[in-house]
Amino acid sequence: MNILELKDVSMLYGQVMALQNISLSVASGEWVAIMGASGSGKTTLMNIVGCMNKATRGTVTLDGENISRLDGRDLTAIRRDKIGLIFQQFHLISYLTAVENVMIAQYYHSMADEQETLRALKRVGLTHRAGHLPRQLSGGEQQRLCIARALINYPRLILADEPTGNLDESNQNTVLDIFHQLHAEGSTIIVVTHSPEVAAHAQRVVSLEFGRLVSDVPAQRFH
Amino acid sequence: MFLRMVLGALTRQKKKLLMMACAMALGISLATAMLNVMLDVGDKINQELKTYGANIIVTPRGASFLADLYGVEDGAGVSDKYLSEAELPNLKTIFWAFNIVDFTPYLDASVSVNGHEEKVPLLGAWFAKHLDIPTGEAVDTGIINMKSWWDIRGSWLKDDDESGVMAGSIFAGKQGIKTGDKLTIFARDNSGKVQTAFLTVRSVFHSGDKEDEGLLAPLALVQGLTGLEGKVRRVEVSALTTPENDLSRRASQNPRSLSRQDWEIWYCTAYVSAIAYQIEEALTDARAKAILQVAESEGKILQKTRLLMLLLTFLSLACSALAISNLVTANVLERSVEIGLLKALGATNASISFALLTEMLIATGIGGVVGYGTGLGLASIIGHSVFGSAVSAKALVIPIAALLVLLVTIGGSLPALRMLLRLRPAEVLHGRQ
Repeated sequence: MNILELKDVSMLYGQVMALQNISLSVASGEWVAIMGASGSGKTTLMNIVGCMNKATRGTVTLDGENISRLDGRDLTAIRRDKIGLIFQQFHLISYLTAVENVMIAQYYHSMADEQETLRALKRVGLTHRAGHLPRQLSGGEQQRLCIARALINYPRLILADEPTGNLDESNQNTVLDIFHQLHAEGSTIIVVTHSPEVAAHAQRVVSLEFGRLVSDVPAQRFH
Repeated sequence: MFLRMVLGALTRQKKKLLMMACAMALGISLATAMLNVMLDVGDKINQELKTYGANIIVTPRGASFLADLYGVEDGAGVSDKYLSEAELPNLKTIFWAFNIVDFTPYLDASVSVNGHEEKVPLLGAWFAKHLDIPTGEAVDTGIINMKSWWDIRGSWLKDDDESGVMAGSIFAGKQGIKTGDKLTIFARDNSGKVQTAFLTVRSVFHSGDKEDEGLLAPLALVQGLTGLEGKVRRVEVSALTTPENDLSRRASQNPRSLSRQDWEIWYCTAYVSAIAYQIEEALTDARAKAILQVAESEGKILQKTRLLMLLLTFLSLACSALAISNLVTANVLERSVEIGLLKALGATNASISFALLTEMLIATGIGGVVGYGTGLGLASIIGHSVFGSAVSAKALVIPIAALLVLLVTIGGSLPALRMLLRLRPAEVLHGRQ
């Protein structure tokens, strides 16, 4: 069963066509990497799939629901309930501790539960850092915290934008190990990356060039 | 979690929130001071204005009729109508008794001094007469309070002084009279018999009015000389009044022309015409006339003072709102990534706006409390320096100040909230539209 389906999705910024007639399906439990150079439309595609932007044309179906024409309020609800977002820049709230940074996603979703949050931190190996502020954490720890925040509400789809872009090799491997673990547990993961090495960990690699989908191949073939 | 977020944000932005608190404290302190003074200023200004004389003249009905019809002045001997001195305490029993600050009766006579043929006006009045009011209260009222601007060389007379007199400055100048001089007064009483009194000049006064041309003595002494014991020619009343309006002007023409409802409103408001009407009810055959120029001037001064204070309050709050608006906008701009993230995590515009407003209200609320305290101090300084007495803290100002804090905070935050509502997570998190 497909959790995500894009049909002829285009995105126009003024005179610039950022995405052109993209059609793509992602099955439930699949790990897909989206690759492309800067300006290829990766982040635009991620914003559309992540309900942070609406396509100019085409249809986007997420978990069986057409989200193409939903208004801002409904998109916020879908983002909150079905999507876990992981950012390259981590985007953690500087004045909240690690545990609070995860709890805040819970707070806006349903109800903050510190015990459950601590379990999520344990899963990414950050229990001992629960009371630390983001500035007291390393880059790898901050990204793991970001992953814990993305997972706390049990999303149907995890969207990661260059999740290892700011990490050294050791922390990159730690993050990818977590992704493998999540994938093994049945999570659907879409990773936007420019790194072939990271993309190789996925099942499929979708390549974009100048807003067009130029290839959609199994990772082994891409590698 | 909400509290953790708000407290975290508050501690992180101490300086900015402190500036917001200061902006609000400044605005609210001025607003509190102005509102307290404004609510108190009516009485204060009225009290000030009362020192400049009476605003109601009471005369016998017939005498008043002659004066109205022929323009004949009091004391010209055209009227034998008088008011009863014994009834005067009734003035302090009317509905607006507490608004009657002072009053004094007058009785005038023409006398010869030291055998000269030229007639000199002798005016009898109360100086600081002690009255026991039928309601059980006691008051001291008279010319000393009502003519506080008179320049006295020597001392005021006492009401029971049977041999003292005050000389007007013009009369004293003409006759070469000074304090301590002895005068022999000849007056004709109401039966035509000449009465003689030997008086000592206790002081020379300068009023700037026609009283300067004659003598001033206790009322009882003049009544004795003229044989008009217990009688007075006119009474000057100084009353605290409400500024005149259309209703009071219509009423002053003819109170009976008012509808029942209008009449009750007019009667139960301290319009000068309503007080004059009630004075007529309290005294037999009396006609009370408002000195409208004085009453209207008082009303205008009061209204303009209040308007000025309202304007100052509005301007100070507008300045606070502008300052807060700039600070909140800077705050939202600075936190745009954080706000974008919260939206990306599923926070609604309403929940983020509520959190932001809570932070602002905590800061401005603290500023408001400090401003209120400062405002009370400021009001006290204004009261002492302008009116010579403290301005009482009005309880009504507290909810008004709280409401102003709320309105100024929300009003000042509106541009920032508008920006917040338009902020899209994709823009701030990925730098894309």
